[in-house]
Amino acid sequence: MSNNLDIASIRNDFPILNEIVNGKQLVYFDNAATTQKPRLVLDALSGYYEHYNANIHRGIHHLAEKATSAFEQSRRRLQAFLNAPLPEEIIFTYGTTDGINLVASSYGRTFLKAGDEVIISTMEHHSNIVPWQMLCEEKGCILKIIPINDEGELLMDEYEKLLTERTKFVSVVHVSNSLGTINPVKEIIAKAHAVGAKVLLDGAQASSHLHLDVQDLDCDFYSLSLHKIYGPTGMGILYGKKELLDAMPPYRGGGEMIKEVTFEKTTYNELPYKFEAGTPNIADVVAAKYALDYVDTLGKENIAAHEHKLLEYATEAVKDIEGLRIIGQAKEKVSVLSFVIDGIHHQDMGVLLDQQGIAVRTGHHCTQPLMRRFNITGTTRASFAVYNTTEEIDLLIQGLHKVKRMLG
Amino acid sequence: MTINEIQDELISDFELFDDWESKYEYIIDLGKQFPPLEEQFKTEDNIIKGCQSRVWLNAYMDGDLLKFEADSDAIIVRGLVSMLVKVLSGHTPKEIAGADLYFMESIGLHQHLAQTRSNGLAAMLKQMKAYGVAFQAKSFNTAN
Repeated sequence: MSNNLDIASIRNDFPILNEIVNGKQLVYFDNAATTQKPRLVLDALSGYYEHYNANIHRGIHHLAEKATSAFEQSRRRLQAFLNAPLPEEIIFTYGTTDGINLVASSYGRTFLKAGDEVIISTMEHHSNIVPWQMLCEEKGCILKIIPINDEGELLMDEYEKLLTERTKFVSVVHVSNSLGTINPVKEIIAKAHAVGAKVLLDGAQASSHLHLDVQDLDCDFYSLSLHKIYGPTGMGILYGKKELLDAMPPYRGGGEMIKEVTFEKTTYNELPYKFEAGTPNIADVVAAKYALDYVDTLGKENIAAHEHKLLEYATEAVKDIEGLRIIGQAKEKVSVLSFVIDGIHHQDMGVLLDQQGIAVRTGHHCTQPLMRRFNITGTTRASFAVYNTTEEIDLLIQGLHKVKRMLG
Repeated sequence: MTINEIQDELISDFELFDDWESKYEYIIDLGKQFPPLEEQFKTEDNIIKGCQSRVWLNAYMDGDLLKFEADSDAIIVRGLVSMLVKVLSGHTPKEIAGADLYFMESIGLHQHLAQTRSNGLAAMLKQMKAYGVAFQAKSFNTAN
């Protein structure tokens, strides 16, 4: 239906889309929470365990060498995905949250002091609020919040007013998980750098939709999760500029991250291993490369164009539903449609759509301060991925009408 | 009626419905008919927080019987809450503490009890039984 992509054939790549839920063919619209995985990734996972499972970096036998080589290939694949200058600037983590915690804990505790200011925004996920609150509490720093307008866009004038010589760190979400808003991160970064502050981008949502280039953005840190880009759960990466990562102390202690250990003193390994204590999530790291290859084969621009078409179609279609209000109407948006309907609790909505085989996300989406800003307790969120179709959106619309009738 | 008699009655009520729509419409109706909890009892102490909806539970002794009143801001949860109250309220603390609740499973609604984080129902049930244990201990202490 859209550009060069054959969606029917793409759907065949995702075995889970054939699942029957409550007697109906699954309609999966919870892609902002996690995307489904193509066969290629599933095969890579079982292929790893069937043919070359071994612990990496230390073993000298055949399997260990093969596993190490695949693991490091994934690092270089992610380096290319972000256009990072160096492979050692890619640190493997458990996911976006883990990467943010690493920076807040290691960079924050080392370089921030009492009275310094950290800026986040109203639309942050709890993952990009709580680590900074913990840091501020411990170090006596002050947390400042960029406000938003009713469309769900950052107020950039207000952001500029918050920036002073006391601002030491800015941590903002690239794309909002609750609203879909794409933030003007390049401008945010340039302005933060002008006052000498470092910037982290929470890329959990952006990474599956937008072309990423950390050199063009000039961000200091970028954290993302692979499971939102058709890859496995439980792994992500933190990109950081080498000079910053070099200056930061290790975050966790253990194997792999050391150069030499005596009971008197331990010296630490070099980047990236300094931040990768313990046996990493080897299988998922190895499989992640295949997810990125899959995305590249389809073409990120083609995926984005298809998703944009779905968003436009859905945004138009829900206009017919009485009492429905879209939360998040930014001019720059990814394929996330968050809404409330007068008099209907989002949980009731979720339960009744699930009965019709439609998976959406309901609730506060781990953005309680944002919900408070809109004076709501939660929304229903439909988020679209490359394998979704307009026919599925039609089913959602029918489903919404049914829910309205049942609860009316 | 005993706790199990009430459960069996609910199970046979639900046998009338042969599709999900009529089943949920009935739960929604139960939710609508369930009397709201008075505002004075919707306190922080009485709130059972789920991730998505809130449930309030108030417990008191009426003679030898432990009684419950409850509420929720989501209508389906309200309907499910009304069933838990119907089954457990008005029995002795000992009966409530020792009750074996099987009706949700029989009706095919057990997934609502499993989703502890999203609706607080499992936490509510646990709290109801905890009241049973607590009031049982209290009356035992008073008697001695």
